[in-house]
Amino acid sequence: MSSTAEIGTLENEAIYILRETVAQFSRPVLLFSGGKDSITLVRLAQKAFYPSKIPFPLLHIDTGHNFPETIKFRDRLVEELGLQLIVRDVQSTIDAGTVEEEVGLYASRNMLQTKTLLDAIEEFKFDACIGGARRDEEKARSKERIFSVRDISGKWDEKSQRPELFDMLNGKIEAGQNVRVFPISNWTESDVWSFIGKEHIEVPSLYFAHKRLVFIRDQMILPVNDGVVFREEYERVEERVVRFRTIGDMTCTAAILSEAIDVDSVLEELRNVSTSERASRIDDKRRLHGLEERKRSGYF
Amino acid sequence: MDTLKISTGGSVDAGKSTLIGRLLWDTDSITDDRVAAIKKASGENQLDLSLATDGLLIERERGITIDVAHVFFGSAFRNYIIADTPGHFEYTRNMITGASTSQVSILVIGADVGTEAQTERHFFINNLLRIKDVVVVVNKMDLFDFSEEVFENMKRSFKSMLDRGEFEEQRITFIPVSALCGDNVVHRSDSMSWYKGPTLLSYLDELSVDTFGLSKARFPIQCVVQDPEADFIGYAGKLLGADLSVGCEIEVLPSLKRSRVKGIQVYEKHYGRAVKGSSILLTLEDDLKLERGDMIVKAGESPLVMTTLVGVLTWMSSTSLKTGVVYDLQHGIRRVKARVDDIINKLNPDFSQKSADDDALNMNEIGRVRISLDGQIFADPFEELTVNGSFILIDPNSNDTVAVGLINGL
Repeated sequence: MSSTAEIGTLENEAIYILRETVAQFSRPVLLFSGGKDSITLVRLAQKAFYPSKIPFPLLHIDTGHNFPETIKFRDRLVEELGLQLIVRDVQSTIDAGTVEEEVGLYASRNMLQTKTLLDAIEEFKFDACIGGARRDEEKARSKERIFSVRDISGKWDEKSQRPELFDMLNGKIEAGQNVRVFPISNWTESDVWSFIGKEHIEVPSLYFAHKRLVFIRDQMILPVNDGVVFREEYERVEERVVRFRTIGDMTCTAAILSEAIDVDSVLEELRNVSTSERASRIDDKRRLHGLEERKRSGYF
Repeated sequence: MDTLKISTGGSVDAGKSTLIGRLLWDTDSITDDRVAAIKKASGENQLDLSLATDGLLIERERGITIDVAHVFFGSAFRNYIIADTPGHFEYTRNMITGASTSQVSILVIGADVGTEAQTERHFFINNLLRIKDVVVVVNKMDLFDFSEEVFENMKRSFKSMLDRGEFEEQRITFIPVSALCGDNVVHRSDSMSWYKGPTLLSYLDELSVDTFGLSKARFPIQCVVQDPEADFIGYAGKLLGADLSVGCEIEVLPSLKRSRVKGIQVYEKHYGRAVKGSSILLTLEDDLKLERGDMIVKAGESPLVMTTLVGVLTWMSSTSLKTGVVYDLQHGIRRVKARVDDIINKLNPDFSQKSADDDALNMNEIGRVRISLDGQIFADPFEELTVNGSFILIDPNSNDTVAVGLINGL
């Protein structure tokens, strides 16, 4: 007799968390970046509420500097699954004059996303934002709760987090507060890829080895995209076979040299790799405690 | 590969952070970029492995870990997540938080100081939460020339505490290590040939995790899933306690109505049997009009329907418990209003009991209390079925989780 023993603990846990989110909040939203973690969340949400449709919209904070592959992928996924997609642009936030565009060698819109996100939460009165962050990614995330309460300005105060006992989730909040929900907190990068493989989930082609024009800076392989990624004249462009381990804003996502062309070879690569996933995030490198400081100020 | 969750305990100076750092280091679980950061922070000194876990800015300032941090590592056999909890007194609540989601507990004691008050408190909490597998790591063996006698003395001093606190099913293992030098953590020690037991990692790799207690299926309904076009009503939830099969006769709380399991599915796939721990969608032969918070159980295996309860409460808020005040009680996913009528006694972490000297329970205090509810919960005594025997209290003003309770008889 077929049994559910084939389903992993982490998947059971994530589905449980998504169901609690829908039950405890009135306006949840899934923060969708087009990356593998948020794509995984979409599948988990399908599984949690099937045969109903996913009972919350997707929110994409678009920096305007996304890889074109990501946007194309996003739009196709939304259409295929009949999902509701909300897009809010960092460009509009810049145009409104509430944030200032960065300039110079490391110019990125990654930091500016925070304001656009907080504005969108306010606009739609979202009370729960489901995100694909994982505790294994970074030290500041390793202390994050499953239900993480943010105050009105979006701030995270790691000293006053609610204890989470057994599997009980307390989503009670006051008006104006919201909760960031992290269903795949306990997953590792390999867990995500195993799930993608098992479920035959499609992910953007950027995740697999492809030829690309790149240039090297600070031992990182940056994608060439004039007008978006700033490049000094002396920084030489070359063609390499690369893939991306994380997909974010083009200005802060570096590639890795890789021959991995499918899920199995990505998993094999991860077994032998000795750098962490976020090592290819330029924004984390700018300061040792980069992510933690951004989280305090409301960054997702 | 399965994932094993571990909680850790030990006093500040027992070398717990170094032990975790050693586990990570020797299993190659620290990536190059992090190694570079640790090297940089260690400066000219010997590589400080404790930096592998002590991450937040605030910890740098205080030199201690303050909260539950989740540390990932892996062996060839398993993935591990350590809930790293602090060793100093005032953060007991974090220790309970970490332990409540763990399947095994590592207690670190330093061979130089042995069992301390803090060790007792950790062990007490292990036992309170009925953690079956406990490994006592005797660290800093390098300070004593890796002496078997020192290790035996440590065991003896720990065992004198066991007489007061051990419960029947508990399995306790002692391992002599030096986290600093790497002896018996991942690699077998050359300096302790007298020790024939497993290294810490081989102990963890070989551990078979089985829960004890009764085996009874509990299915609290999280969401009702409907598809009006297909005339479909299903109940979404996570199955606890025991397996459930298609065709099984069930009973529903609170209505006590009976039906049979018609289908078990996850997404597009149908199953004949759901194993405990699975998040499933359940359909029944009859439309019993169930809603969130109702519970499906096997017919004849009813839990206790409680409107009052006696439980062991650990207070986790700086605002003390006041008897007579109304809180929200959350048992699993079900919430009811609750009032603590009486603090029967307070429990000391040295396994003795003291009587309640006032009507308040303060931060980090543990007490046996009597609670009355303005609704029903469908629960089991914690020691019989842990997954259905705990609850939290929520302060309705701050919305904070202020206490965790373990249900203990009627």
